[in-house]
Amino acid sequence: MVLIVDNLSKTFGGLQAVDQVDLKVEKGDIHAVIGPNGAGKSTFFNLISGFHPPTSGKITFNGNDITKMPPNKIARLGIARTFQTTNLFEDATVLDNVIIGNRLRTKSGLWDAILRTKREIREEKESMEKAYQALDFVELTELANEPIANISQEQKKRVAFALALATDPELVLLDEPAAGVNPDETDGLSSLIQKMADSGLTVCLIEHKMSMIMSLANRIMVLNQGKRIAEGTPDEIKNNPVVIEAYLGSDEDESVEVENI
Amino acid sequence: MEKLLSKRNGLIFVLVLALIMPFIVPNEYILHVLALVCIWSISVYGINIFTGYTGNLSLAHVGFFAIGAYTLGLLTVKAEWNFWLAFLAAGVLSIILGFLVGLISLRTNGHFFAIYTMCVGYIIYLIIDKWDTLTGGVRGLIGIPGPTPIGPITFESLTSQYYLFLFFLILTIFITKRIVHSLLGRTFIAIRNSEELAQTIGISTKKNQLLAFVISCFFAAIAGALYASFVRFIGPEVGAIFLGFEMLIYLVIGGLGTLSGPIIGTLLIVFLTQSLQFMQEYKMLLFGPILLIIVIFYPNGIVGAIEGIKRKIRQRRKKPGSNEGYPDVKEVG
Repeated sequence: MVLIVDNLSKTFGGLQAVDQVDLKVEKGDIHAVIGPNGAGKSTFFNLISGFHPPTSGKITFNGNDITKMPPNKIARLGIARTFQTTNLFEDATVLDNVIIGNRLRTKSGLWDAILRTKREIREEKESMEKAYQALDFVELTELANEPIANISQEQKKRVAFALALATDPELVLLDEPAAGVNPDETDGLSSLIQKMADSGLTVCLIEHKMSMIMSLANRIMVLNQGKRIAEGTPDEIKNNPVVIEAYLGSDEDESVEVENI
Repeated sequence: MEKLLSKRNGLIFVLVLALIMPFIVPNEYILHVLALVCIWSISVYGINIFTGYTGNLSLAHVGFFAIGAYTLGLLTVKAEWNFWLAFLAAGVLSIILGFLVGLISLRTNGHFFAIYTMCVGYIIYLIIDKWDTLTGGVRGLIGIPGPTPIGPITFESLTSQYYLFLFFLILTIFITKRIVHSLLGRTFIAIRNSEELAQTIGISTKKNQLLAFVISCFFAAIAGALYASFVRFIGPEVGAIFLGFEMLIYLVIGGLGTLSGPIIGTLLIVFLTQSLQFMQEYKMLLFGPILLIIVIFYPNGIVGAIEGIKRKIRQRRKKPGSNEGYPDVKEVG
């Protein structure tokens, strides 16, 4: 097991955002987290990546208890994530955005910078190579020197993937990777996520696009109002009456998507 | 022609110009102002490291300028230390105090951080103003010695002092350049861009912000110490908030988060202020609108505006014939 989430809860004031959720993620899996808007999916990711301390419960990653760790330490252990909005530095080039991904594996500090030591030069070179590898993986090498402001939404998503990959993670959390891109591009991102899993990474993703989830994920967890209402293979989830109920009971366009499965 | 206008040649030109300045200025007064520009610029580079590159607004900066000025002043006048030893002490003290202030104030974020640091700056000002027995209070500190000679080099003439300040300014710019182009600088910029994203890629944002804050305090104190040695008299107003805002204005007009912004902004505004001296306080009537226009239309200041224009020209050149800049989206997907 790469990731074990045990009885995890989070309350914000009076709101129970995540309510006693258990999850086990196996190495190499693509594990999807789905649910209606406001089901607590993003909060769940924020708990795993350390942005919010959980109210109760336990998170174990590769045998390490990461429940109370700050996000930067969790990243160092090998969990990377992307956000719904890509947050990239628009004025800088694609390459410049990705180079910093390797920072957590480098040690150069102030003196290395001012004196431009051998270590600084070596680590800069390593970071550059790592960035090119990551860009190569997401097939953006030829855009390396293009400013982020000039590239498409789908390409920005790929840059965000590349940045996550440059941190050398074992587990990648993707928060709505295909939001805001067209169907053709969604297929492209799907195959990229598949490629990540094939290369030995473990992937957890939140997504609303059901056709994408059903073809991509090995396992799916369904959250509703902070509670885990189902977990299983795509086929099990598709035919689960509780899931169908939760979706039909929620807003319209999502219920349409379930019918399309 | 293109080669002649390269960045390297431009830099050499500016450097040579700065070096021959004492021989081409029409009077000592202008050289005096230029010496002040060097000193202010060092402090503004300090603000730039923290506010420009790391993205948090500190209003305690001028407080550290005052700490530098008073450390040098008190140690040379009252304790009769050697000038350079006192100068070094000013730097060390600013690092220690900057670390302590940063450690506490960086627990806050955004606007709260700005307000918190403004309070710190004001407290520093009040301590200087009210602690009569140590600092001389409103009467100030008189008779601060100039830099003592280093070997055969003396700093008695205005020209030699100008060169000394220029040396420190060049050193400051050099250090800033090294930092900005290093992995550390990339880390600072990543934090400015998005603290959240920086954390997810394993960057300890607080540690790096603290480092940038300390560096910025150090530059402020060095500038303050040089200022004290230059004007020979300091009063509590070297730590006044309005002075801090003035330095911030230099930076904003020159270009936040740019390498040449601090010196361009300082040079421009200081000379503009000098030439508008006859307007007295009313000169602010002119500055207000200029600042507003720059903030609204050129948020990255003069340097940012120039770089924007350059980028546009480059793209226009690229466009005809090739679509290098506009690749086919589907090919990638």
